[in-house]
Amino acid sequence: MTTTDLGAAPTPRAISAGRAAAPPRPANSVRHIVVLAKRSLIKTMRTPEALIDVTLQPIIFLGMFVYIFGGAIAGGSQHAYLQFLLPGLFGQTIAMASVALGQNLNADIEKGVFDRFRSLPIARSAPLVGAVAADVVRYLILFTVMMGVGLLMGFDVTNGWVPVLAALGLSMGFALCFGWISVFVGMIVRTSGAVQGLMFLLVLPLSFGSNTFVPVDTMPGWLQAFVKVNPITHLVGAVRGLMVGGPVQNHLLWTLLWMAILLVVFFPLALRAYRRRA
Amino acid sequence: MTYAFQAEGLTKRFGETQALAGVDLAAREGTVLGVLGPNGAGKTTAVRILATLLRPDSGHAQVGGYDVLRQAHLVRQTIGLTGQYASVDEDLTGTQNLVMIGELLNLSQRDARTRAAELLQWFDLREAADRMAKTYSGGMRRRLDLAASLVGRPSVIFLDEPTTGLDPAKREEMWDVVRNVVSDGATVLLTTQYLEEADALADEISVIDRGRVIAHDTPDGLKHVVGGQRLRVRPTDPARVDDVRAILADLTSTTPEETSHHELTARVDDDSLLPALVQRISAAGITVHEFSLHLPTLDEVFLTLTGRATADDDTQEAA
Repeated sequence: MTTTDLGAAPTPRAISAGRAAAPPRPANSVRHIVVLAKRSLIKTMRTPEALIDVTLQPIIFLGMFVYIFGGAIAGGSQHAYLQFLLPGLFGQTIAMASVALGQNLNADIEKGVFDRFRSLPIARSAPLVGAVAADVVRYLILFTVMMGVGLLMGFDVTNGWVPVLAALGLSMGFALCFGWISVFVGMIVRTSGAVQGLMFLLVLPLSFGSNTFVPVDTMPGWLQAFVKVNPITHLVGAVRGLMVGGPVQNHLLWTLLWMAILLVVFFPLALRAYRRRA
Repeated sequence: MTYAFQAEGLTKRFGETQALAGVDLAAREGTVLGVLGPNGAGKTTAVRILATLLRPDSGHAQVGGYDVLRQAHLVRQTIGLTGQYASVDEDLTGTQNLVMIGELLNLSQRDARTRAAELLQWFDLREAADRMAKTYSGGMRRRLDLAASLVGRPSVIFLDEPTTGLDPAKREEMWDVVRNVVSDGATVLLTTQYLEEADALADEISVIDRGRVIAHDTPDGLKHVVGGQRLRVRPTDPARVDDVRAILADLTSTTPEETSHHELTARVDDDSLLPALVQRISAAGITVHEFSLHLPTLDEVFLTLTGRATADDDTQEAA
């Protein structure tokens, strides 16, 4: 280290003149969230394998279920099964893709990067909200891949594109609310491996114990009871109705209610766990 | 006399571990307070409370006149923090790290870029500016971390063991950086495990042990308390150790300790002793491998202040 360039050196005294005692302002908070979301995106793009769960994984699911089980399930028609499955898979892949969110946040906290954020005059929630916001891009990739591969496999948009876009919008909203479960788990668990373990315990029953793969009326009654309150079921019902036709309203209302519940419960829980994590 | 920060009676418990048991720390504006102590003494916990990352169980603290609990947001506008483990984002480049901090501090994007370039230049990181921080050496990472804590021109800077793990040359570089920051008017709290480092940088030193401040003094005052410097002598011929011991005992009026194999250490309070010692040893026809003066190590400081060695292994630094 040389002692040159001190002419341009920082002058700490300037603080009182520079950023005065401004309380956190909403406009600033929005910018902080954007800055922190950008940070998450840079990290994601630097590690392409971090996108496997929104690119390769949904392709494998689609191919696997349609070509392996499709013939057996939907009266022998793989095309009919694709029409049934593709809207349903949005629920499962969203739930699966949310796991990485908690894992990444957990790793960030263990590395100490968040100590820096905590020592800055930004809203406490900004780093968490920023990470969730960055997932919008991941979900856009996921939706594009799913629709693209689905269309290649022969999926027919029978209901028009506007309802499809509405379904994708609803899925995005649901994904951003569901993500707070993962954030919360990421805050309370010690290692990022444990985040994955715990999240899969939740994601697997939610995604398979739903109307994603088979019609609900083929299941035993006790399971139907679970499936009928499962938020993934309602998301899938609404998305399916919008994409290929069918009743929408009831599922849509339940989905919106579930989104509100997830947000109201897990956002404060995640924030509290983050504050407590020293 | 205005204090840049002041903490009184801080306590903090983590489960079974009483990390802080009533700690007072203070530094006047524009000075460096050295907080000296072994691992697990509570240094990091104290820093984290002052930096608003942790809430104390009891006690209170002010930074820049703001209460760390009630006015945490204002405290955060005043401080810069460099943690024990360089908290830079490894997947971001040096520039991206610093621009991000600038933007979070509400600088415009252009100002954030200017400030980042200025700091990278100042910290000799310009050539590595566009490389991911994970490719940086330990010393570069520490410098980037320190640069990140200076983006907002903080008036109070917390440096938690900024040189731990750095080789001696890099350590001296960090010392220069700290001196420059202080000469620009900032107040610094520096934690360290090395008396040498505290001596080189601090205006006052608080020695902390098991969550308590066990001594507070100027570096000179503290050195006086712990008995000045240590002289280390290792004769070339191991058979002459006893002769050296006798000479040392005679001249220093202390009992030299055999600190390692065939190596003797004695306290030296009087600078005029050295020439006399060299003369006596030479007159006795003894040649030496090593003849060195050094400041007491942390262990020696603790032995003097507490009558026991550092409790390095029974408690780990919490958090």
